[in-house]
Amino acid sequence: MNGPGSIRKRLFIQLALVAAVLSLAFFLVVRGVAERAAERTQDDILSASATAIADSLRSEDGHVTLDLPYSALSMLGSINEDRVFYRVVSQGKTLTGYPDLPQPDVPPRLGAPGVETLTYRGDEIRAVSVTRPVGTGANATLVVVTVAQTRQGLAAISRQITATATGIGAGFFLLATALSLWAAGSALAPITRITGSVTRRGPTDLRPVQANAPDELVPLINALNSFMSRLRSSLSRTEDFITEAAHRVRTPLATVRAQAEITHRKLNKPEHKQAIREMIRAIDESSRSAGQMLDHAMVTFRADSLAQDALDLRAIMAETCDRLGPTADLKDIAIRREIGTEPVAFTGDGILLQAALQNILDNAIKYSPDDSDITARVAIYDNITLSFTDQGRGFGETDLSDLTTRYTRGANVGDIVGSGLGLTIADEVAKAHGGRLDISPNKNGAGACVSLIFPRA
Amino acid sequence: MCLADIPARLATAILCLAFSAATAMSFEIEERQLYDATPEQARLSVISTADLDVFDPIIRAFQASHPGVAVDYVVTGTTDLMQALYDEGATFDLAISSAMDLQTKLANDGFAQNHTPATPTDLPAWASWRNQLFAFTQEPAVLVVSDKFFAPGTAPQNRDELIAVLRANPERFQGRIGTYDVRQSGFGYLMATQDSRNSDAFWRLMEVMGRLDAKLYCCSGDMIRDVASGKLALAYNVLGSYAASHQKNTGGYQIIEMSDYVNVMSRTVLIPRTAQNIDDARAMLDFLLGLRSRKDLVEATGLPAVDPAALRANPSLRPIRFGPGLLVFLDNLKRQSFLRNWENSLLQN
Repeated sequence: MNGPGSIRKRLFIQLALVAAVLSLAFFLVVRGVAERAAERTQDDILSASATAIADSLRSEDGHVTLDLPYSALSMLGSINEDRVFYRVVSQGKTLTGYPDLPQPDVPPRLGAPGVETLTYRGDEIRAVSVTRPVGTGANATLVVVTVAQTRQGLAAISRQITATATGIGAGFFLLATALSLWAAGSALAPITRITGSVTRRGPTDLRPVQANAPDELVPLINALNSFMSRLRSSLSRTEDFITEAAHRVRTPLATVRAQAEITHRKLNKPEHKQAIREMIRAIDESSRSAGQMLDHAMVTFRADSLAQDALDLRAIMAETCDRLGPTADLKDIAIRREIGTEPVAFTGDGILLQAALQNILDNAIKYSPDDSDITARVAIYDNITLSFTDQGRGFGETDLSDLTTRYTRGANVGDIVGSGLGLTIADEVAKAHGGRLDISPNKNGAGACVSLIFPRA
Repeated sequence: MCLADIPARLATAILCLAFSAATAMSFEIEERQLYDATPEQARLSVISTADLDVFDPIIRAFQASHPGVAVDYVVTGTTDLMQALYDEGATFDLAISSAMDLQTKLANDGFAQNHTPATPTDLPAWASWRNQLFAFTQEPAVLVVSDKFFAPGTAPQNRDELIAVLRANPERFQGRIGTYDVRQSGFGYLMATQDSRNSDAFWRLMEVMGRLDAKLYCCSGDMIRDVASGKLALAYNVLGSYAASHQKNTGGYQIIEMSDYVNVMSRTVLIPRTAQNIDDARAMLDFLLGLRSRKDLVEATGLPAVDPAALRANPSLRPIRFGPGLLVFLDNLKRQSFLRNWENSLLQN
């Protein structure tokens, strides 16, 4: 009964055990009382019979004689069909009856019948004896009358009582068990209700639980609410931090880079120009790395409680191409859009999807040679596939499954600046939306094809 | 029982001696017959107070349905049957008696075995006791009056009328009244004791009969014969079944069931503790309990089967109930005092 498990089960078992104990007690009490009553009835009627016989004793010429009353024995036949024995003894001599029927060694006191349970002629008998003085004054003789009956009727009554008590006890137990089942269910109903109301909440719903809880659950609800409020403020702090960090890192870097370019133009010595170019390259790398790390943090953060917005993937694809169009133009790279004209409905987090596509396209531009083509494609078959195919150096001999690991870069990146986070971000976004990232060589020549594949809604 | 004529009974008794296994016993065998079975698979020994000619059809019918069971049928008196089973430990498989009180004592004192009827019978509650003692007939004690003394319709219908008629014409009924000698007949004693319980008129009736010098008989058959011949004007407490079956042959008397009350006696059957062939004893007992459904046997034996409908139809019929009450008049002191009263009333001369 210790340790975790179902409260309902424990409650039910404990209540059923209590019911079983009560049923047993009830059974024993009923049987005990009823059997004592039955025994008492037999004793009473035996006693009445013996008294009736004693009443008909009389003295004739100094001899004790008896006119056995019919009712004295017939009354014993009225309650059962047990065998009847009787004996009347006067001064140690059997006056009438069964001479071998045992009598108490000490005659019972006057007016107080003696009751015994004995074995006679192979059967258990109940014997009641009464003492009665017969005659007058000093001549009175004490006569002991014993009437006995076998106890088969009592045994039959006892069996009947036992059967009845068993029936009642079992019925009581079943009823109590059914009630305890109901009671366990009803006691746990508020828990189920509160569980339901918490489960039904959306991923971003961190409002306090307002359910009408019983007193015992109030501390738990309060603890839950306080936990949720701490979580809420922690989450909002994290979000603020990411936004703040992006701003605070990118802005000074952009400023430093602009100043460096101005300086670069003013300098004449080639070795000084070379140093400044190195500096600009380092600034680019830092800026990119910071951006991607923040992107990655944002992906991790948002993927935990994924927004469920209604989106158009085609529009996001187009926007991504628009946004990176200037970057591509710098290298004379043409982005060919094969994205159709129909909206592609999808449910998910637009910001994450955009980040993923942007990272993939950025990679493609970065590793493509000048004056080449990148094809952006939206294809709908069994799945929705968003892919970018470039004509760059491809991934060479790199193990493709490792590429999505953080900070892992291809084997042939050479001199190109990168953090190794781009494909990781894309992969995590794909997984958060129930899809996957697919990396394959370009089927039509050099380059690679990187796809986000989502199941159709 | 004394119905069979004496020479025939003597002849049977002598025949009996040839194959009697119970000769060492001191109880008196009145008749004995072995009903053969070929091939004999089992033998059922029955001790009974019912005469051979009465019971013969039942035994033959039983054998017809249970072939292979030979029946050793021993007829004795009620007191002898009691003596055989109670005192002498005689071995019988079935005991049939008309003395309900003695059979009750046998069952009460542990001389009977339990039996549960094989087929559920609609036996009334009063017709069995302790699953040991079973009633299979229902026979009223009746008043038999001679046609020579009472024209049809003039016979007394209850005990008060009977007393009045007897008192009114003492000279006419002097010495012409018959009843059981209760000192000899177990059946007579049982009826008289039940009468004494049922009605105060009983002792008055005995007084009147005593003054009229009543004749005392051992058996119903003799009383019926004397009433039929006109030797007796009336006989009191005659076994109704015998009176009815004799009426067909002889006639000359009316059977009156008293309207105040009629004691109804039953023949009872039990399986003694000493029984050897218990299976066939149970079969025979069940066969006897089914007597009601065998109208042919009721007809042939003249033994009326237990019939709750007849009791409902006539409320004055009072079946004698089993139970310890029947032991009261078997008590020695009680019996002595009852017989003393009876003798004082009836034997006035």
